[in-house]
Amino acid sequence: MDFQEKLVQNLVSKYGRDRENLLPILQGVIDQERYLSEEVILKIAKEMSIPAAHVYGTASFYSFLDIEPRGKYVIRVCKTITCAMKGKNQIILAIEDFLKIKVGETTIDKKFTILQTNCLGWCHKAPAMLINDEVYTELTTESVVDILREYKAKE
Amino acid sequence: MTTTAAKKQLHRIDLIFKHEDDCKEILRNAFSRSDQEIVNEMVNSGLKGRGGAGFPTGLKWKLAAESDEKEKYVICNADEGEPGTFKDREILSRVPHKVLSGMAVCAKIIGAQKGYIYLRGEYKFLVPDLNKELGKFHDILDDLGLDFRVEIFLGSGAYICGEESALIESMEGKRGEPRNKPPFPSVRGFKGKPTVVNNVETLAHSYTILKFGAKKFRDLGVKDSRGSKVFSVSGDTPIPGIYELELGMTVQDFVDDFSDGDCKAVQVGGASGFLVPRKRFGKTTIGYEGKLTGISLPTGGSMMIFNSSRSMYNVLNNYLEFFEEESCGQCTPCRVGCQQLLKGIRAVKRGEKPASYLDQLLKLTETMKLTAKCGLGQSVANSFSSIVENFREEMIY
Repeated sequence: MDFQEKLVQNLVSKYGRDRENLLPILQGVIDQERYLSEEVILKIAKEMSIPAAHVYGTASFYSFLDIEPRGKYVIRVCKTITCAMKGKNQIILAIEDFLKIKVGETTIDKKFTILQTNCLGWCHKAPAMLINDEVYTELTTESVVDILREYKAKE
Repeated sequence: MTTTAAKKQLHRIDLIFKHEDDCKEILRNAFSRSDQEIVNEMVNSGLKGRGGAGFPTGLKWKLAAESDEKEKYVICNADEGEPGTFKDREILSRVPHKVLSGMAVCAKIIGAQKGYIYLRGEYKFLVPDLNKELGKFHDILDDLGLDFRVEIFLGSGAYICGEESALIESMEGKRGEPRNKPPFPSVRGFKGKPTVVNNVETLAHSYTILKFGAKKFRDLGVKDSRGSKVFSVSGDTPIPGIYELELGMTVQDFVDDFSDGDCKAVQVGGASGFLVPRKRFGKTTIGYEGKLTGISLPTGGSMMIFNSSRSMYNVLNNYLEFFEEESCGQCTPCRVGCQQLLKGIRAVKRGEKPASYLDQLLKLTETMKLTAKCGLGQSVANSFSSIVENFREEMIY
């Protein structure tokens, strides 16, 4: 049994086969793999006995359930109004410059993906971003590079 | 907090965030009273939903309590996604036991055994602390003999799931597409069973009402807008943050307190709310009366301040990008409408369409208001018309 199959089976037995457990199961795969591949969607469908189209329908609806390959660390910079006013464009330029990729792209070593996202709820401490589930606020072009440097040093 | 003698300061309220750890006593007392008595207390307090829609909370509980169904649910809506809002996160991290107490009392009254906190994915970092809090709280419920358990359900980044029926669809493992209403969730909600969906802040206020009684709450605020409200203040202000204030203030009072003096407009209620230009500051109050006239604005508490250097075209463009992405795509008026509004203002700005095209776009927002299925599509008209009508020249030049 490959890793993916095991992951799906574990998640399904942890949460249950009922349809209302689909979101936690999909989130569980994201935690491990950062995206939902076609194969994983088919495996979940089979394991839960629901049509693959339904699994895909749910998966493709939510912005945090990526259906395209992502890096190990997904950077989501808030682009909504207050962060936009407080200089999120400069933050993005600094990230792009440091990682040498553009928004929407993943580094060749599959470590980082840069994305933009809608309001993160840190408008009083703008600009803000998420790296996977971690929140970083009151970013400056310097602080964001320091943060990324730490991630780069991680395995 | 510092005050200058010349400046009138709005009355800061300290009910929600006041640290109190007597929740066991509050609950013991609440459980000893009749359900009817508690419902009456909630109705008399005048508490209205603090997520922004303003539905009377007591009435919501009463409707769910009246159903004969055995299986019922209480859901705390923590899918706080409106641009400019961040109060629910603060409440959940600073006084989670107040929110949980509100849920437990609601559960006892309506007869629910199960509750959920629908927490937006962006706030996943709160989960470990919340689970600790849930463990302590469940022990209290066991001591008091109430069969009720609360679980956290995580969202995955969809603004529309803050709409209660979309939230329920999401919890059922589906796309977060709003349902047709009626039936409302209090009649047919999660798994088809009667469900009360309350905002985080609403539940926290119910704790205050249980502790101090309806009167103390009612004494705050004005006519149809009772109590205090937690406001999320951001944008061009020297003091961004969370403030609990009395309902019924004018936007002028608010600006006097929170602006640096250079404010040209305030967005009340986030992207789905209204933009109030300076000339209307004195005439606009924050509350629930005259909801549709725009004279008194209901709000989930998002207050964004824009100074004179800000382009209102950029602001509207940002809101419309937001709506275009967050529209669930289920109904045509909203799906196509949001796209066309965004394309439209860009075309006018570039000179590809005449200025009069803005009037056609305004008509489109009127159509969306009438025909969109849920609050998202219906409320795009609020910010669109209030910005285009008050800052038309900024849209064109």
